[in-house]
Amino acid sequence: MNKVLLGLLLGAVLGAIDGTTAWFTPEARAEIAGIVIGSTIKGIIAGILIGVFARKVHSLALGIVFGLGVGLLLAFIVAQMQHGYYFQIMLPGGMVGLIVGYATQRYGRGPELRQT
Amino acid sequence: MKSLSDKVVARLQADMRLPDLSGTRYNLLRYLAGGGMGSVWLAEDTLLKRRVALKVLDLAAPADDLAVCLLSEARILAGLEHPGIVPVHDAGTLADGRAFCCMKYVEGETLAQHIATLNLPDRLRLLERIAEPLDFAHARGFIHRDLKPDNVMIGAFGEVLVMDWGLAKVGVSTLEAGETEIATAVQPMQNSLRVTGQGSVLGNILGTPGYMSPEQARGDMEVDHRTDIFSLGAILTFMLTGSAPGELPASSGSVPGPLRAICEKAMAADPNARYQAAREMTADITHYLNGEPVSAYPESLLERSGRVFARHRTAVVLVAVYLIMRVLFILFARR
Repeated sequence: MNKVLLGLLLGAVLGAIDGTTAWFTPEARAEIAGIVIGSTIKGIIAGILIGVFARKVHSLALGIVFGLGVGLLLAFIVAQMQHGYYFQIMLPGGMVGLIVGYATQRYGRGPELRQT
Repeated sequence: MKSLSDKVVARLQADMRLPDLSGTRYNLLRYLAGGGMGSVWLAEDTLLKRRVALKVLDLAAPADDLAVCLLSEARILAGLEHPGIVPVHDAGTLADGRAFCCMKYVEGETLAQHIATLNLPDRLRLLERIAEPLDFAHARGFIHRDLKPDNVMIGAFGEVLVMDWGLAKVGVSTLEAGETEIATAVQPMQNSLRVTGQGSVLGNILGTPGYMSPEQARGDMEVDHRTDIFSLGAILTFMLTGSAPGELPASSGSVPGPLRAICEKAMAADPNARYQAAREMTADITHYLNGEPVSAYPESLLERSGRVFARHRTAVVLVAVYLIMRVLFILFARR
């Protein structure tokens, strides 16, 4: 599995889990479907960006920092749209980015070397 | 009649061992080591200005058989061009009639000296490098037959060299037709050894106890490359336990199960139960180093889980932290 696909799948799964847990917040329960879909899309976008980065840059530390940054940025945008819940949205978002950043550096097939 | 003192006798013996290098391009520097049939000297190649090791037969040795043996070793080495096999530069007969073989002088430590400072993964990686030239030789139809820690040298820059191919035997090449000329060239010489009357000694039961396979110790005529696999397993045992093997000592409890299983498979009494090639054994060692399953070791579910966790520790911890955080969020949201 290549790094971009790995990032996409991992981002989607963790994003979906992220969204599903909103069900436990009573005031958000009515909008659970939209939250899950939105969270999954956010995870997919983050996963693709981090996967593409991992294909270009082979550094565990940079991959983790980039993943954390992308996760936090996307979560911040979502929190802005929600007008609140910054901590509840950004902490898991950052964690998802960090995990995807680590996983795409450590696992997944990189681009094949071309012979010159 | 007066008898000579031990000191004088020793001196005379040492003088007798001195090779006559007149007429050659070598200058004798110093004595390095001695064996049953000859001695090894450090010499200088005056033409190429480099230090070499000269293996010279003793004067008292039965010249014909051993000269053939030495020449056989030289030819084997000449045919085995591999960075892990000590190269031969020259061979011939000295002015005093003794056969000699000139080889690369390897400055370094023996395996036993070298591993004292190494951790377990480095020891295993070292064994992989010992197996490489062995696999190369087997593929070309040669069997070492005297593989032991003393015959493995580690050079000053970490290069690993398998030494002393004096007991090497021509086996069955696994190379394609057309690539077996070396083995074919040496075979007649080894055949001639067997018909000299010393064949059973030269051809079969020489070796080192503990590192010698059971079939080699029995003097079986048809030992094959798997006798070296046994020796490689014995070397691995030595590298893991620090003691010469035969069987794994009782103190080997600290040896991880998969590595113990690799040793046991390599040193199985039945050659068919061993690894069938050195690369099969090193593949298992590589799997162990990578945290992957080892073919020689059927692991339990618990061991498998432990291995997978150890291999992906960071990823497992990250996901666990994430899930714990999620659970905490849920608990706080319910309050």
